[in-house]
Amino acid sequence: MAKPAVLTHPESLKRPAGPSDYAKDPVNASMSKAEKIALYTKMARIRHFEQRCIRIYQQGKIGGFLHLYVGQEAVAAGTISLLGKHDHIITGYRDHGHGLMVGMGMNECMAELTGRVTGCSQGKGGSMHYFAPDKNYWGGHGIVGGQAPLGTGLAYAVKYMGLKGSCLAYMGDGAVNQGAVHEAYNLAALWDLPMIFVIENNGYSMGTSQERSTAHPGCLAKRAEGYDMAWDVINGHDVYEVRAKTALALKRAHEESKPTVLEIFTYRYFGHSMADPDKTYRDKEEIKEYREKKDPVLAFEQELLREKVLTPELSQEINDAAMAEADKAAVFADESPDPTVADITKHIYWEEDNRGPDTTSRGTIIFE
Amino acid sequence: MPKLSDTMSVGTLVKWNIKEGQVVAFGDILGEVETDKATMELSCTVPGTILKIYAPAGSQLPVGAPICAIGKKGEAAPEPSAAPAPKAAAPATAVPAIPEKTDVSCIPAAPASSGSVAPQSDGSRTKASPYAKRMAEKAALNVAALAGSGPGGRVVGRDVAAAASAPAVAAPSGPLNVAVAPPADGKGIQPDADVPVGGMRQTIARRLLESKITVPHFYLEVEVDAAPLMAMRESLNKRLADAGADAIKLSVNDFILKASAEALRRVPAVNASWAGTSIRTHGAVHLSFGVALEDGLVTPVIRDAHAKTLKDIAVEAKSLIGKARSKKLTPNEMSGSTFTVTNLGMYGVTGFFGIINVPNAAILSVGATIKKPVVDAQDRLVIGHRMVIGLSGDHRVVDGANGAQFLQALKQLLEEPALMLI
Amino acid sequence: MAVISYREALRAAMREELKRDDKVVIMGEEVAQFNGAYKVTEGLLKEFGPKRVVDTPISEAGFIGLGIGASMLGIRPVMELMFWSFSYVAFDQIVNNAGNIRYMSGGLINCPIVIRGPANGGTNVGATHSHTPEAILASHPGIKVVCPATPYDAKGLLKAAIRDNDPVYVMENTILYNDKGEVPDEDYIVPLGVADVKREGIDLTIVAHGRAVITSLKAAEILEQEHGVSVEVVDLRSIRPLDEETILASVRKTHRALLVEENKPFCGVDAQVAYLIQSKAFDELDAPIHRVSSIDAPQIYCKRMEDQQLPDVNRVVREALKVLA
Repeated sequence: MAKPAVLTHPESLKRPAGPSDYAKDPVNASMSKAEKIALYTKMARIRHFEQRCIRIYQQGKIGGFLHLYVGQEAVAAGTISLLGKHDHIITGYRDHGHGLMVGMGMNECMAELTGRVTGCSQGKGGSMHYFAPDKNYWGGHGIVGGQAPLGTGLAYAVKYMGLKGSCLAYMGDGAVNQGAVHEAYNLAALWDLPMIFVIENNGYSMGTSQERSTAHPGCLAKRAEGYDMAWDVINGHDVYEVRAKTALALKRAHEESKPTVLEIFTYRYFGHSMADPDKTYRDKEEIKEYREKKDPVLAFEQELLREKVLTPELSQEINDAAMAEADKAAVFADESPDPTVADITKHIYWEEDNRGPDTTSRGTIIFE
Repeated sequence: MPKLSDTMSVGTLVKWNIKEGQVVAFGDILGEVETDKATMELSCTVPGTILKIYAPAGSQLPVGAPICAIGKKGEAAPEPSAAPAPKAAAPATAVPAIPEKTDVSCIPAAPASSGSVAPQSDGSRTKASPYAKRMAEKAALNVAALAGSGPGGRVVGRDVAAAASAPAVAAPSGPLNVAVAPPADGKGIQPDADVPVGGMRQTIARRLLESKITVPHFYLEVEVDAAPLMAMRESLNKRLADAGADAIKLSVNDFILKASAEALRRVPAVNASWAGTSIRTHGAVHLSFGVALEDGLVTPVIRDAHAKTLKDIAVEAKSLIGKARSKKLTPNEMSGSTFTVTNLGMYGVTGFFGIINVPNAAILSVGATIKKPVVDAQDRLVIGHRMVIGLSGDHRVVDGANGAQFLQALKQLLEEPALMLI
Repeated sequence: MAVISYREALRAAMREELKRDDKVVIMGEEVAQFNGAYKVTEGLLKEFGPKRVVDTPISEAGFIGLGIGASMLGIRPVMELMFWSFSYVAFDQIVNNAGNIRYMSGGLINCPIVIRGPANGGTNVGATHSHTPEAILASHPGIKVVCPATPYDAKGLLKAAIRDNDPVYVMENTILYNDKGEVPDEDYIVPLGVADVKREGIDLTIVAHGRAVITSLKAAEILEQEHGVSVEVVDLRSIRPLDEETILASVRKTHRALLVEENKPFCGVDAQVAYLIQSKAFDELDAPIHRVSSIDAPQIYCKRMEDQQLPDVNRVVREALKVLA
């Protein structure tokens, strides 16, 4: 197995969390106190939402798969906090954090997990398929890497319509070996699309470590060079660093209509999904080390305490409120009704849901 | 018991890492649970104090069963009475006993769904297309009695159409497959030959055979004084002829048809069909009558004959006979009869009994009107005009008494024909 | 009314829709500079420029996925697949993304994309280039599939597809590209889900789609001339939605049905049609339903044998006579 001689990782990744190197970066320095508190609040909300999900899953109320974002909060929080009116996002199946960041409510997110009609997709999508197109969030996609070409299409449409915008397509480190991702890279570079591919590298594609899955020239982002694309590596435990480096890629997209590949190093505290016993492929010590030394929510809290933006009391208040909100969402999800049998055959075709005097098509389209 | 995998329904509590009274934080490993997939760590999702451990290590519990209580120090642990108890052994669900072997061959076949179709006597299934079956039902024909011309002898639509145009009665057929010596002098009346038969003849053969075999026929006969009828016919025809050149001429048969319809009105029990498990009585009289053709017979139907005048019947019969001879009858004009009249009087036959046209309950057979000596009401020997009428009845539907009442009514109508005109 | 080829009819549909709606984009391998691998898009680059008519790399999963993503934001891409056989490398995009996104988003997202191209055997190119995936794709709720057999239908169906707000997959046939027929000069569409009785008859119904319609019409002529049989030919035109009523009305008239398609027999479109007839017109049937499909093997290369592998006129006549027995 070919192993890279030198790993291309961000310097900050090699030491425990401490004062951020990027606190003074203009994109962070320009944030108001309220904006910083709001960003911290969003990260805390993701964490408490996800931790509340564990209990609901274990109560048997969430079916199928549940892929948690705990540990990766700074990635969605940092990148999405920079986006404007014509910036769009699309991601894979670990999609709750992005949904909460774009402004989806905990209620609709939780109710989707329990398969209720009050869920964001009316109980038709589930954990892996959150959507909020009104908030420029295009899902939530279950097939690894399948969202990358869709993302280039969103960027293409933004460019076609002459808008100053972009698309951020998120994927895990396991997606980088999918053909669809490489095809998307090629199209984005070939057609100068305002595109940012965000690799959320948590080290494991399900239970297979990067060493066992991927040949690469020091890091995954560097593969961008093969497509003549810009790239960067980011410490995903530091939300300031995520913002600072993403801002450069965003500027490249907006002003030059050029794509970028960003590899953001992060870590998930729970298994690939809830069904993952999480003991065959990594040490407990490793998880403990990340939790204790690099936790992105804790690190940002410390940063803001140092900046005197936060007080311990305010932090407690924010966390208590997030927990209470998650508790209320759990009740909402529990008490909401299921979709009906008649709902099963709705939302398949636009035309069937919108039949009117102008409808031309006839015939049977839903079969017995 | 937490659900720890997408397919988990029960879990085994392998071990506890905690004791009652211990303080735990989010993420602490409380113990281990074995699921259907793996042994997994049980991580704490609620920070607090362990108030109570309900499930000892080693117990197996369904998802959702309480295993321990976490709360504030000093708080009382809830009673887990409502929750499922730990399972010590395999579920004792009662399994329904498998019934003893059933001899299905003893189970009688369900009755045929179509009332007009008699159950198959040999148990073999008649092959017929769904369309043919539906047509046959409409035409009140028995597909089992039809010769199928489709692949493997399947009865198809065209067979039913042909059958519907075939007659209900025919001369009794001779025995089959009899080896016969050729004419001794080699000069017979016709060559020895197997003449292929067409669909109509096939149908006649099958249907009448089936009727004769499956319908319990019984026979009644009555002799009618035809003189008043003759007199009236002569008088009416004279008047009709005076009315114009294109005027119709009433036949004896027209009078018999009219009289039959009237007699059925008086004795409606004969206007009925055997329907397998019931007797179907018919509200209308749809009267069919035999028309001889060169290659067979057909039985066109006068619908609602009970509501038609003698003249109506005569006109319609004439039209149907014309169509029959030019083979222009539609299936509709040959199907749905409730009673059949046949007449061989024109050949001088003095009396006979026809085979019932299934699903009719009876058939009337009319002989010739002949002059013969009779004893009149005053015990004088006089010249009478007598007609012999036979009735073949389906004994499942009609009994001797009903049949006799019908013939009595008919005799009265024919002997006092003015009654028909009321 | 002009007499034009099937190819020209498709081109006219795209030209008219490009003019009508500036969100319409033609995209695919060799569609622009090369003028189309089968010249369907010839001249469109010159007329509409490179923004509206876009060459893609050979990268079906990539560019089909891109088209789907763009359609989610309101672009109306008309994607050409050089062969529908190539859709198999983009299957996840075509089925999982285009077909499911409206459903999984609870109706929040639409995908008004058209994917078109030839889907036929009979061109001596071997198994990998001869797939007919209409049944496979139509088996996915969320997807619409049409198969035009004539220039009139090709233009009308493609225009209807482009205006449709759901993903519509248009399966053409290279052998039909040069067939000529009357096509109105004025704007018209052929609505999806409306079958067409291409020939009226009373003794037998043939249900077909795509080139099998043309084969069936020829067979019907022979059946009439040589066997005195009156055959009705129903052209499905649209696979999903499916015009069940026209099929059933014809069977109720003739009481006998033969189904002809260029698919392989297992779970082909006609399997669905046969199910329909037996379930909704059982009592009308005077004979079992028969099918003529491609002989059940990967498409053979040898042209002489391939012509026999596909349903040909003789096989249709032979099978029709069996149904009429």
